[in-house]
Amino acid sequence: MIDLLTIFVLAAFVGFEVVSKVSTILHTPLMSGANAIHGVILVGAILITGAAEGAVQLVLGLLAVFLATVNVVGGFVVTDRMLEMFKGHKR
Amino acid sequence: MSAQLAYLVAALCFLLALKGLSTPRFARAGNLLGAAGMVLAVVTAFVQGAVHNGLWILVAIALGAVVAVPAARSVKMTAIPQMVALFNGVGGAAAALVALAEFHDGGPLLFRIATVLTVLIGSGSFSGSLVTFAKLQEIMTTRPVVLPAGRVLSIGVVAVSLVLAVAVLATSSTALLVALTVAGLLLGIAFVLPVGGADVPIAISLLNAFTGLAVAASGYVLANTLLIVAGTLVGASGTLLTRMMAQAMGRPLTNILFGAFTATAVQVRGEEQRTVRSGTVEDVAILLGYAHSIVVVPGYGLAVAQAQHAARELVTLLEGRGITVDYGIHPVAGRMPGHMNVLLAEADVPYEQLKELDDVNPGMTSMDVALVVGANDVVNPGARDEPTSPIYGMPIFDVDRARAVVFMKRSMRPGFAGIDNELLYNAKTTLLFGDAKDSLTKLLAAVKQL
Repeated sequence: MIDLLTIFVLAAFVGFEVVSKVSTILHTPLMSGANAIHGVILVGAILITGAAEGAVQLVLGLLAVFLATVNVVGGFVVTDRMLEMFKGHKR
Repeated sequence: MSAQLAYLVAALCFLLALKGLSTPRFARAGNLLGAAGMVLAVVTAFVQGAVHNGLWILVAIALGAVVAVPAARSVKMTAIPQMVALFNGVGGAAAALVALAEFHDGGPLLFRIATVLTVLIGSGSFSGSLVTFAKLQEIMTTRPVVLPAGRVLSIGVVAVSLVLAVAVLATSSTALLVALTVAGLLLGIAFVLPVGGADVPIAISLLNAFTGLAVAASGYVLANTLLIVAGTLVGASGTLLTRMMAQAMGRPLTNILFGAFTATAVQVRGEEQRTVRSGTVEDVAILLGYAHSIVVVPGYGLAVAQAQHAARELVTLLEGRGITVDYGIHPVAGRMPGHMNVLLAEADVPYEQLKELDDVNPGMTSMDVALVVGANDVVNPGARDEPTSPIYGMPIFDVDRARAVVFMKRSMRPGFAGIDNELLYNAKTTLLFGDAKDSLTKLLAAVKQL
């Protein structure tokens, strides 16, 4: 358990560090990209559905898989569309 | 072991994705790298974990993709913020469902703590995101909603949530965990309802960070390091991003965090009839055509009317007459920080013409005309002068200090934050009513005639 806590603390520091110098222009795409990344819950949803016993667990799991997929796929696609707009306007 | 290695690579992809997204040059590559990491993680999870129900899982994924891709591809650029809110909400819901499904027979205390956190934060993030979606989509009012006994209700919901959380930890009762889910849903609603229009983007960013934390907590439930790392990365970077946004807007974060407990109903001023000066297209064309320097302040109204291209044509024409024209881009012009930059980039406006507050405001007194197109709150002098204003403290363009102001508006309706704007009644201000695209096209023709 301490191992997992260590990972948590280190990841938190890295998370702060990595976005510390972002310009206002990129706030929206960054938020949207981060939004897609937390869709990684899809991994968890697949794991529990794969090990599901009984109908309730299966239904909950499949619903989670569906929703997480919407989060992941929608998040990355919409972020890419936003960033596409900036193409050709590099300083 | 090989699964763990694949998860590590995926986590690195996410990290580099966030890093890339923070710099204009690598933003797009960063996003694609994040997507690649996600594919790797999902395939690994499927191979490792889909012992049963593999086909069902594939069907659910396919359905999700079928719903999400067209939605994300067809959404108008103006509606991006509510789309992000929606995607965030379903992510939170997924996290809560995962924890609910995994909670069949209690388990060790740390496991129960992680479950409680995932369910509470996940469901709160879900309902809160739905409310922000409704606000941005203008399904419901964009003004802060303060229920008569709102403060008591909010405190009550928090108290009930805490009691239920402790009860779940003590008893491992599934029924109580379901009750906690409901409390979480109410908590999310109570949290977002009092948030006013101008603060909604910050609330979305904060909910995004919360979903990240829910995902991290679910990582403890499933003892999966990738979920912990990725969720924490989003939670931490999202929190920092929220703070930066709040700073860019000059809004105290506590307004949003504790709005549910401190909000008081905003006094609506008596609707006395006040005079405004409205002009014709020709008046405005003359004003613009014979100016030396103009600043254009675009807002959400410009985007809604899809008038970016018309605006750019008018600016090009005016520049052809030897007039200096800049765009003043407020950090929250549009509906989210950076939203207007995206919209103008779509219309091929050169990056160099986009000026920020600090570049424009010092020279405002020597500007001949400030042309406000579909913006309202970001030029409201109340944010600077009236401590009672709900948006007091938000930095604004001091367009009231320019020699003349042209205010293009659809109607006298107040802006997104629902606040009256003194600038409309200023003697320097000429109002040009109408749809932004329509008015700009007419202006274009009228300036050509000069």
